[in-house]
Amino acid sequence: MIRTLTATAATALTLAAMPAQAELKIGSIIELSGPGAAAGTNFRDGVRMGFEEINAAGGVLGEPVAITEYDSQTDPQVSRAMVQKAIDDGVVAITGTVFSSSTVVNMLVAKQAGIPQFTGSEAPSITAMNNPYIFRTAFGSQKGVPKMARYMAEEMGVKKVAVVWANTEFGKGGHESFLKEAGNYGFEIVADLPTEQAQTDFSADVVKLKGIQADAAFVYLTEEESARFLREARKQGVTLPLVGETTLIGHKVIELAGDAANGAMGHVGLTPDANIPAMTEMVERFKAKFNYTPDHNAIKGYTAAHTLKCVTEMVGEADSQAIADKMHGLTLTVAECPGVLMDVSWDETGEMSRESFFVEVQDGKQVVKAILPPN
Amino acid sequence: MTRTRIILIVLGIAALVAAPIGQGNYIIYTLTSWLLFSISAMGLNLTLGYAGQVSLAQAGFMGIGAYVTALLTLAGVPWIAAALISITSCFAVGLLLGWPALRVQHHFLAFVTLAFNTLLFLVLRNEEEITGGSFGLVGMPRPSVLGIATDSNLNFYYFALACFLISAFVMWWILRSPWGRAFKALRENPIRAESLGLKIRRQTLLAFAIGSAFGGLAGALQSPLVQFIEPGSFALIHSLKLLLMVVVGGAGFFFGPMLGAAVVILLPELLRFTEGYYLIIYSALVIVLMVFSPQGLIGLGQKIWNQFRPRHETRRDMKKGFQL
Amino acid sequence: MAELIQILISGLAAGSIYALAAVGFTLLWQASQTINFAQGEFVMLPAFFVLVGMGLGLPMWPAIGFSLLLSLLILGVAFKKLVVEPMLPHGTLPLVIATIALGLLMKESVKEFYGATAQPFPAIFPQKVYHFAGASVSAQDIGNLIVSMLAIGGLQLFLNRTRTGRCMQASAQNPAVAEILGVDVKRMVMYTFLINAALATIASVLISPIYLAKFSNGETLGLVAFIAAIVGGFNQIRGALVGGLLIGVIDNLSAVYVSAEYRSAMPLILLIAIILLRPQGLLGTKEGRAV
Repeated sequence: MIRTLTATAATALTLAAMPAQAELKIGSIIELSGPGAAAGTNFRDGVRMGFEEINAAGGVLGEPVAITEYDSQTDPQVSRAMVQKAIDDGVVAITGTVFSSSTVVNMLVAKQAGIPQFTGSEAPSITAMNNPYIFRTAFGSQKGVPKMARYMAEEMGVKKVAVVWANTEFGKGGHESFLKEAGNYGFEIVADLPTEQAQTDFSADVVKLKGIQADAAFVYLTEEESARFLREARKQGVTLPLVGETTLIGHKVIELAGDAANGAMGHVGLTPDANIPAMTEMVERFKAKFNYTPDHNAIKGYTAAHTLKCVTEMVGEADSQAIADKMHGLTLTVAECPGVLMDVSWDETGEMSRESFFVEVQDGKQVVKAILPPN
Repeated sequence: MTRTRIILIVLGIAALVAAPIGQGNYIIYTLTSWLLFSISAMGLNLTLGYAGQVSLAQAGFMGIGAYVTALLTLAGVPWIAAALISITSCFAVGLLLGWPALRVQHHFLAFVTLAFNTLLFLVLRNEEEITGGSFGLVGMPRPSVLGIATDSNLNFYYFALACFLISAFVMWWILRSPWGRAFKALRENPIRAESLGLKIRRQTLLAFAIGSAFGGLAGALQSPLVQFIEPGSFALIHSLKLLLMVVVGGAGFFFGPMLGAAVVILLPELLRFTEGYYLIIYSALVIVLMVFSPQGLIGLGQKIWNQFRPRHETRRDMKKGFQL
Repeated sequence: MAELIQILISGLAAGSIYALAAVGFTLLWQASQTINFAQGEFVMLPAFFVLVGMGLGLPMWPAIGFSLLLSLLILGVAFKKLVVEPMLPHGTLPLVIATIALGLLMKESVKEFYGATAQPFPAIFPQKVYHFAGASVSAQDIGNLIVSMLAIGGLQLFLNRTRTGRCMQASAQNPAVAEILGVDVKRMVMYTFLINAALATIASVLISPIYLAKFSNGETLGLVAFIAAIVGGFNQIRGALVGGLLIGVIDNLSAVYVSAEYRSAMPLILLIAIILLRPQGLLGTKEGRAV
């Protein structure tokens, strides 16, 4: 017994004496329980898959990456503690959180410690706070919504529009961005319909939508609510075009809503149907690995992992400050960093931009109607 | 109070003072969260463990405290004034809510508080001109005490510790006062207590209102600690979490809520090796605990202790308190 | 007008499912003074049993049968034997806490072992939509309404017209006397738990094609069932039925005519009003319970 103990202790000492095995420690702080669990799990699995692929291909700068996952419980107070914990644990960079209400709090902690953070949040305020350590993995809604509003005004000739939105910090961000653009393009808002998260029944909302005269409806709900909304709209025979973001026409929504998704259109940052083989393959690998269809949060997580790898290799060392400095004004092309799936750049505020698509769902598939240049 | 007890309490306070020294920010922050939830759980314990009423709005009262403090301190009012107003408003809301609810049937306070907590969430989210809506309120200043700023996590910990010790003392004093002893009488035998001239309803109502006021203080601390508040942090689910804290620790025991809060806050950390399964394990353990020891962990500890000291009689006073 | 008809029909269809959950809720309360805070999760879980069954290669109907069986075992027998029974002597509070924990346990287990995202759920009714008077009604809506009314009506008949049913009522009203009269009270209470599990399965199969199967569904459904039971009358099946339908309709009406932002407030305000003005619920009878 004593011999075993000494042997174990000796091994432990040898291990401790050796240089740290993983040079790149990453903290993945995500919503694994509470209302954000669906989004958080997707993001986490994206990050996991990204880093597993990277490790399988030799890691970053020849060293394997170690990810530690922390559950923020979709609670700003806990998320702040978890970011603090990840930093105390000595991470080089942080991925997450997805819910903006958490990110606006915990990004202050990462900023104080000078740790770059790759967030999945889309609220405009995130990049408006002069934080040199925050980077997006998807457009802020102030970036995506104008592209779509412009398409609605110029290509679809929309004048009167109804807005259906989720009454959460996510939906509110999209709603505010859209109202601003509506002002710019002179849309008349004929109906403004907030809905509840996890609402069982959308019949009342669709009834209201039917009762108004509009050229289109802008629908900004999360994936599952979008699916329920689309089904109800189909049931009540709504004919006006339903336009939205990835959350209205993404793969998860098509899977959930079935035929009812046909005819819905919108703006997507990343789509597996845009003739980008890398993306289609990524989605297939994801399905095979995790046994469910990834939503846009999974793709955000996946590209975050690869971005981090490429940037670290560009600066040549796993140094938080160097990574953050390098990110500003950086453009990553698919040629030099295939894992980002599409060419992408970041500006001085950490906001990203990239080409995106306007698609319509036809026969259960996204069909690209226009390619929208980066803005 | 025996001499050993005084020594134990002094040692306990010394441990709390020493706890954060030399620790990282995360530990200090977590300890501060624990102090704050202990204050809130202590209040709920008065309602639940002593007056035998289930309140499902303790998180809501923390919300009232947090929002009142946030709005006032953002407007330049000193923290201490804001906190006092928070505590008073929670007390008043508690009275307003409890009075009609306790007028009818015994277990209806649970239903009314449940509705109240959800309504409060809706108001906080929808009235965004005042409350900031779902984007919440950011950047609440941390108070200065005697000219010392509490901006550093360590200083804020000591500030929260002071508030915690004051609350614990107040709670101890309430329970010890003749008026507070009536709670115990009430819990042990409500019918006898009434025949002795105690006004059960008034007594219960006050217990609920005071318990709510403790929630208000916890909220007043949460604002400057997190420096961000949003309606979601005060939703019904958090009230249920607080209820679990009190009962897991041991409802009706003075130190029950503190133990319960520690378990709930530290559990994710202790069960980290189980990866995603910690909530599953936690909830299963709570069920098992309720089956074997409805008096919570302290009750369980006492049971085990009594195995070794068979002459000591087990407390029977908890039996009557548990009525919805 | 068409608008109003649409709202009423959709509200009744949704409300009938709430009623199923609420009826089970009141049954448990009557039989064993159990306030089941996991009732929402009881409605969430059977849908996943169906999905697991279909994942094992069963066609839809046998999978539903499989789910019913598992629900009776887990939500009925195991819940009663392992959770409720050992705790009854401790009074109400530990049981309340245990059901809160049970709800958490079920929710987190589904999330960890099945998945965190919503799953599509097969429809049991044809995907047809009928139009009349300007309103659109799906076969699903009509089916949901009919099935849940039949289930509740059947239950009411069973309780009033059969010997077992009356014994169950007697056990709920006065277990001591029932015991003296030779009723096997324990068995009757067990029946109640089985009926609750069956109602939850029906509700789950009816609502999941619309609501989609997701681990967190119980949060919303549990709250609605709770409100419906209190509003209708905590001690009457017909009260829970009316409560469920009423909540379904009020929810939709207030979303259209009052305020979408406060739609979920209306049922709660109703709840508070009921407690203050008519604590026994709309159709409930007064309970002569001491402190």
